[in-house]
Amino acid sequence: MKLWPTLRAALGVVLTVGLTWALDTKLGSAPPLGRFLSPFTGFWRNMESGKVADTEELAVPGLRAPVRVAFDEQRIPHVFAENDHDLYLAQGYLTARDRLWQMEFQTRVAAGRVSEIVGEKALGLDHYHRRIGLPEAARRAAEAMLADSITRPIVEAYCAGVNARIAELSRATLPFEYRLLDYQPEAWTPLHCGLLLKLMALDLTGKSDDYRMTNVRERLGAAATADLFPDYPQREDPIIPVGTPLDFRPVPTPGASAEPEETSDGKSDGTDEADKSAEEAMGENAFDKKNHSITNHSITQSNPTAFGKTPDEQAAIGSNNWAVSGARSATGYPLLANDPHLSLNLPSLWYQMQLAAPGHNACGATLPGAPAVISGFNREVAWGVTNVGADVLDYYRIEFVDAARTRYRVGREERRAELKIERIRVRGAADVLDTVRWTHLGPIVRDRAADVPFNAQVPPGCALRWTAHDPANELRTFADLNRARSYPDYVRALRHYASPAQNFVFASVGQDVALWPNGRFPLKYRAQGKFVLDGADPAQAWAGWVPHAHNPHVLNPVRGFVSSANQFSADTTYPYYLGWEFANYARGHRINEVLGATPKSSPTTMRVLQNDVLSVNARDLLPVLLALPSPADGELPAVHQARALLARWDYRYAAAAPQPAIWEVWHGLLQDAIWQDELGTDPKNPTAPPLRYPSRDRTRRLLAEAPDTARWFDDLRTPGHRETRAELVARTLRLAVDSLRRRHGPDPAAWQWWRQKSTDIKHVALLPGFGFDDVECGGGAGIVNATTERTGPSWRMVVALDPNRPQAWGVYPGGQSGNPGSPHYADQLETWRTGQLYPLLYLLSANEADQRVVGRITLK
Amino acid sequence: MKFLPLTLLLFIVCLLVQLFLPWWWVAVPVCLLAGFALGRGGGATFGAGFVGVGLGWVLAATVPWLLTASTLPGRVAALLSLPGGGLVLVVLAGVLSGLVGGLAAVTGWWLRQTSGRGSVESVGASTIR
Repeated sequence: MKLWPTLRAALGVVLTVGLTWALDTKLGSAPPLGRFLSPFTGFWRNMESGKVADTEELAVPGLRAPVRVAFDEQRIPHVFAENDHDLYLAQGYLTARDRLWQMEFQTRVAAGRVSEIVGEKALGLDHYHRRIGLPEAARRAAEAMLADSITRPIVEAYCAGVNARIAELSRATLPFEYRLLDYQPEAWTPLHCGLLLKLMALDLTGKSDDYRMTNVRERLGAAATADLFPDYPQREDPIIPVGTPLDFRPVPTPGASAEPEETSDGKSDGTDEADKSAEEAMGENAFDKKNHSITNHSITQSNPTAFGKTPDEQAAIGSNNWAVSGARSATGYPLLANDPHLSLNLPSLWYQMQLAAPGHNACGATLPGAPAVISGFNREVAWGVTNVGADVLDYYRIEFVDAARTRYRVGREERRAELKIERIRVRGAADVLDTVRWTHLGPIVRDRAADVPFNAQVPPGCALRWTAHDPANELRTFADLNRARSYPDYVRALRHYASPAQNFVFASVGQDVALWPNGRFPLKYRAQGKFVLDGADPAQAWAGWVPHAHNPHVLNPVRGFVSSANQFSADTTYPYYLGWEFANYARGHRINEVLGATPKSSPTTMRVLQNDVLSVNARDLLPVLLALPSPADGELPAVHQARALLARWDYRYAAAAPQPAIWEVWHGLLQDAIWQDELGTDPKNPTAPPLRYPSRDRTRRLLAEAPDTARWFDDLRTPGHRETRAELVARTLRLAVDSLRRRHGPDPAAWQWWRQKSTDIKHVALLPGFGFDDVECGGGAGIVNATTERTGPSWRMVVALDPNRPQAWGVYPGGQSGNPGSPHYADQLETWRTGQLYPLLYLLSANEADQRVVGRITLK
Repeated sequence: MKFLPLTLLLFIVCLLVQLFLPWWWVAVPVCLLAGFALGRGGGATFGAGFVGVGLGWVLAATVPWLLTASTLPGRVAALLSLPGGGLVLVVLAGVLSGLVGGLAAVTGWWLRQTSGRGSVESVGASTIR
């Protein structure tokens, strides 16, 4: 009885301390609940009304003079500094004020340091980013930025601005995600700017088909591979208009390929000889056909999202840009448009700003973490970017001569690989060490075939040769473009740019329009790097670079406009080999078609074109398929109804239309029906050598031109039965209708494209509740409005140059604030979804009055 | 101190303390000491700690929420898979902080009771031995 009070008190102490400890400790992936839920230190502090103070003064250490900032209705800062140092310091500070977590998180992703924050689950990603040498590439890029007398002060001022923001963070202003994930930001350095740049390079040029193509050639033989994977498509509408004369004398390219590529005239589509030789080459499959040993997939089980897309469609991260000359513009001055298609994420990838200092005044989209405007305009010129799909990443087989795999053969000599130890810090666990072998070509990304690759495209035992590893100063290009006044300024700015290569569109108030697919392109022999190369053969190494002045380019073409949509940079008369496969021609062709048919473009017609949803691919192929005889034994009423809907379709991927859903599912299943038996990859075996399907263009050609009984239509998994084109086409339409009925119900009115597509805009860290799912919008892959399931126009801009003042419009699927507790987190989304644009405010001076200015602050 | 005055005292002191110090200062230093020094009865002391701290959290979360009309609490509720939206988080915050405050306060009261009869208990303990 007397013990009770003591026990009771002891129990109270234990419970109090225990509960307090539990609520102040990170348990699993949940944040420390007490800290997180506390309205004094927790997420509640991130709730914002979004109001900007009318006048406010903020102390920002490091500034040399006051910087005046006007905020407009979208909370876009218009920054006026008295010198360049202050301008970029203010850019760093203001960007970090709105986007610190996002920009810093992205650099941790690039550096392979996510495990430090989230623990073991990010180890695969961290290993991969270190093994492809992203941190090393970033280090070299940072060195290059600091070695240049123009960019050094810019990047240093920018870093100082970001760090000024980090230093003033309090528990009231710490961004939400730091509270949720329970960590603190680290100081920002030039290396961080480099990491961000290299993450973009990885997103845009990190894809490789070398391994898949090598596996395809092993399976099908050289002749069939050359036929199914040609080096130039049948239908193309290259960026540099056909017939544009060369204004340079080409330098000699390296000699003939050490692995001569067999050419084919398309025989494997039908004739018996080709059938025979290819069937021999496919000994493996012929064997399988006899023994029924291939896994018995029927196409009904196939998953269209896993198989039904060719790589050129999966890589829907592409972009559009174009410029129309003054002669074809309703305003009499050039018009320019740009919409880069990237992953649709929140916080938005872009951050809008106007950046003015004596001598220059640029406005547009910046990348949080990088100084200057990336896609935008100033008083005299406008510019924008799309990705160049050139092959700037090759894999080389390395022959190690010792068991420890440290020495390898190159020609007649032996070389020693440099062993680099990577130490990955893991939250809540011991550090993980990894040894990466760096050859003279680059790092070995995946040591052995048995290693499950993070990225299935990586071949085992191969060195990665990639332009992202070559130091260059891309920042200089953007700093110079922000100050450019004329076409020669633009060309001079482009000379500094290496990777990721971009199609830089340009327009000036001086009545020039131009486009340069621009970057540092390796000097290659034809088809070099289409397949995995031999690291032991010095003749297969890259032989230098295409001189900058020889990059494809066009200035003021006769047709009165320039455009790019990631398709081939130039036609086959261009003297250098840049790659064998670029994005499908459909988007670029549609843009050219519309611009060509519009005698006088206006900002409105530009906006409408950015939102164009006509599918050239459907227009090319659907009539061919519908013209085929329908099955003799009749068709189910539902299939007949779908066929009738498609027959009167205008090929537009409108959000509410059912036809795009029918067509997409059908087309996906049809591709599987044709190719999965020969070129499907086993999804259950993570180390199976991956294969790929031919391009959309090649499949269309097969369907349109090959005989009904061409060998590729035969399904090798159904021995004793030879499928025909008509049979596959009819069967897959039936399956598509069946699949849509099961998913959306029997009434085709419910098969609305946006429901089938389901565009999701997700938080960068995939936090549930912090994105927007099933956004109702049209468009799709291979369409000018390239809004797919997870990618799309991450920024849309239209600029009308004018000697008095440029007029511009813009929008992105998000908002200026990276704070999910701010009303500006995603306030532009609805405008973006409905295809509208905001007029962009462009001030000529800090004090200029404008009713759209909602607040002004001074940084001192 | 009676229930109401103690509640009010804890409400104000905890609010002030948390403006500057980590959230857990409500527990050991403030509520425990208050329970020890000013507690009167287990139930009333627990209640004063629970309401004093919990109400502070509820109000400090609700007022800025109403002022900003932010969507953040709803998103966080979705993130934590809590049905019922942001309001559930207000309740959760109130209950969890209240539990800490109440437990700490009543522990303080219990500790004083052991120290108040400190000599008796040590005698008792030795008798048992």
